Amino acid sequence: MAVDVTIRIAGQAGQGMQAIGFIMGKIFTRHGYYVFTNQDVESRIRGGHNFVQVRIKDQPVHAVSDKVNLLVALDKSVIDQDLSDLADDGVMIFDGPKTGFRSEKANYFSIPLEKLATETGESKIMVNAAATGAAFALMGVDLQPLLDRLEEEFGRKGPEVVEKNQKTASAGYRYVQDNFKGTHPYRIPPASSMEKRMLINGSEAMALGAICSGLKFYSGYPMSPSTPIMEFVASMAEKYGIILEPAEDEIAAINMVIGASFAGVRAMTATSGGGFCLMVEALGLAGMTETPVVVVVAQRAGPSTGLPTRTEQADLRFVIHASHGEFPRAVFAPGSAEQAFYLMGKAFNMADKYQTPVIVLGDQHLNDSYFTVDSLDINEIKIDRGGILFDDGIASIKDYKRYLWRDSGISPRILPGQSEAVVYADSDEHTETGHITESAEVRMQQMRKRMRKMEGMTEEMESPEIYPPGESDLVLLGWGSTYGVMREAVDLMNLEGFRTQMVHFSEVYPFPSKEFLNGSMKRAKFFGVENNYMGQFADMFSYESGISIFHKILKYDGRPFSPSDIVNQVKARI
Amino acid sequence: MLTLKDFHSDDPIAWCPGCGNHAILEALKDAFVELQRKPNEIVIVSGIGQAPKTPHYLRSNTFNGLHGRTLPVATGVKLVNHELTVLAEGGDGDGYAEGGNHFIHAMRRNIDITYLVHNNQVYGLTKGQTSPTSELGYVSKTTPWGSFSPPMTPLLLAISSNCGFVARGFAGDKEHLTFLIKEGILHKGFSFVEILQPCVSFNRVNTFQWYKSRVYKVNDEPEYNPKHRMRAFERAQEWGERIPIGIIYKAERSTLNGQESAIKDMSLVKQKIDQASFEGIFDTFK
Repeated sequence: MAVDVTIRIAGQAGQGMQAIGFIMGKIFTRHGYYVFTNQDVESRIRGGHNFVQVRIKDQPVHAVSDKVNLLVALDKSVIDQDLSDLADDGVMIFDGPKTGFRSEKANYFSIPLEKLATETGESKIMVNAAATGAAFALMGVDLQPLLDRLEEEFGRKGPEVVEKNQKTASAGYRYVQDNFKGTHPYRIPPASSMEKRMLINGSEAMALGAICSGLKFYSGYPMSPSTPIMEFVASMAEKYGIILEPAEDEIAAINMVIGASFAGVRAMTATSGGGFCLMVEALGLAGMTETPVVVVVAQRAGPSTGLPTRTEQADLRFVIHASHGEFPRAVFAPGSAEQAFYLMGKAFNMADKYQTPVIVLGDQHLNDSYFTVDSLDINEIKIDRGGILFDDGIASIKDYKRYLWRDSGISPRILPGQSEAVVYADSDEHTETGHITESAEVRMQQMRKRMRKMEGMTEEMESPEIYPPGESDLVLLGWGSTYGVMREAVDLMNLEGFRTQMVHFSEVYPFPSKEFLNGSMKRAKFFGVENNYMGQFADMFSYESGISIFHKILKYDGRPFSPSDIVNQVKARI
Repeated sequence: MLTLKDFHSDDPIAWCPGCGNHAILEALKDAFVELQRKPNEIVIVSGIGQAPKTPHYLRSNTFNGLHGRTLPVATGVKLVNHELTVLAEGGDGDGYAEGGNHFIHAMRRNIDITYLVHNNQVYGLTKGQTSPTSELGYVSKTTPWGSFSPPMTPLLLAISSNCGFVARGFAGDKEHLTFLIKEGILHKGFSFVEILQPCVSFNRVNTFQWYKSRVYKVNDEPEYNPKHRMRAFERAQEWGERIPIGIIYKAERSTLNGQESAIKDMSLVKQKIDQASFEGIFDTFK
């Protein structure tokens, strides 16, 4: 029987929902399932209403589901707010004595979570452990993997914390066994295939991709939802010989990265839209001085402070046009953890080869969500430092022109201190040597030199992914983190007999070759699917392809699409 | 043996005749010659204004970046290649206005960089507006009523930020300035040299003569000990009839804190990337 179960653990900030979500994701991944875990949290440290959602499936999964099958309510507010998201046959675990909520429904299980937590775990904070134990019992999953996982998770906090968590989880488990014997509304036994898959979120995938690409210097300033990238790099810095310098602001962060890159190492920073606003001037500096930099922009809902912990795809045009004047750049927008990992490798190679900034766009949904990934392959990332001259002969070079004319626009690069020559780099318009100039002729030459790089970059951009192959009458067009949900919506449409295809761009700028546009696609009806108000990519696509997109399915409430959000709107407009 | 010729640049100088920058450029070259630092082992990061053009007029590696952002760029360079001699250079608008925050944090980090600020108490390149170090009541096109705000006190700020080397030179005393730049470069950690620089085109108040009649060398006083922090605070506040120049404050602090492990054997730029070392990096995710 096909498995597709969504568990939502909801409560106040500080009740440990993220820990439960992660533990469940880990266990079900090890049990042979594919997991997608997303979080919906408020910008606060304690209180409020937050949830983590774990979707467990026997097929690869990259999107949230329409309905919740198992709701774990850690707080009264959950019962008030979340029941409408529960499937008709959905199950709820709630704390009857604590909340005073009563129901005749057979699928609503009242479990004295707080009592179990205080009696067994000696603290209200153990409510999450009691609820997890109860949920495992209801799903017919063995207790032992949970106990093992709790030890892995809390081992660093000492044996006492581990023991309290284990005892409380066991108490929750037993309570269900004793009081609701043999009741398993959603049974999720270990699957037959037990391959060792990975559970990884978008931020970790990006950081891993950077490290495996030879990242040596990172500077940044914490900003949701990009912060986990910085924290992950910091955790790996010592082992992989990386220097991480916390910056006083995003302006300093990107300028330090530019300095490190000018000196010769691979360097990056990550931020969200507001922090990127501060980096914009230096983005142009990197373009003008022809210094490679990689910047991750993990989008959140703007403008200004916006919805700090929620998702949006509204910075596409911003990053494509950011900074004054004209200079070459590339923009990538991965749609899954795998794409995030590999595109970081490509971003570093493109930055080095074309000696210019490359931006990787994530968003809260991609960066914070956990994905089960079959495997990642380090060898798929081929480090190519481009035009930097490393051979022994260069030590004797005396005269060097940093901005020497080349038809490709790419001048050979030597590093300061590497030879007898000196390197002049300048943010003013400059001569081939790198000195300030006002010459109209030199200006024209250097502008042409820089902008010619766009031609080479365009050729390297991959075509969009088209799913499924073949012909279609309807096309869902998108980019970045809507990848998973668009795929699922396409499957649902095809099941209902509508010939539908997804066209998903993970390499968005410069716009790739238009060869992917086949005959049937030119006649198909296009729907632009985006987490923004304007349909930014759809407009860009129309401009580039000549195909008018009259239909846009847009969501800008800070929450991700579910498959039916898309399917219902498409059907309403056919 | 390096001589001045080794630091010669063909780039034509765009400064006004009589500008204090000319003497600062000569002092900088003299310091490099006296220290025998090779041009290819020096990096000068400069900002925007008249002072930041300096590195073009001598031979050394140069990164002429954005207004006010010299110190972060210089920090990035030095962290990944600590074998280079790294200087940052700019004016009062660049360093004290646009770059004020970076100035404070660069001192806190104490990376081994020498920071030269040409302070002419006016915005020169934009043609004579009030700067953060212009005198109280200074009249310019942006403060026709006379500046209401008193000038900031960079030396005081530096001492209170635990900068380990705080000095002030005068463009009218090239030999003394050369000495200060040399000492700054030799100091292990962040060194700050403010340079009083008359602007002959726009600052009619703080002229060569104005400075010349006021500056005195604090280190000529046998009893002055730059390691005495409270005395240094007193001298750093002195401005008006008498203006101290010389090494005002000096302290030993550890540098490159916590970063030694990545570069204990060699600088990051010299480390080869070995993809085999990433084997097993995914294990914690399984």
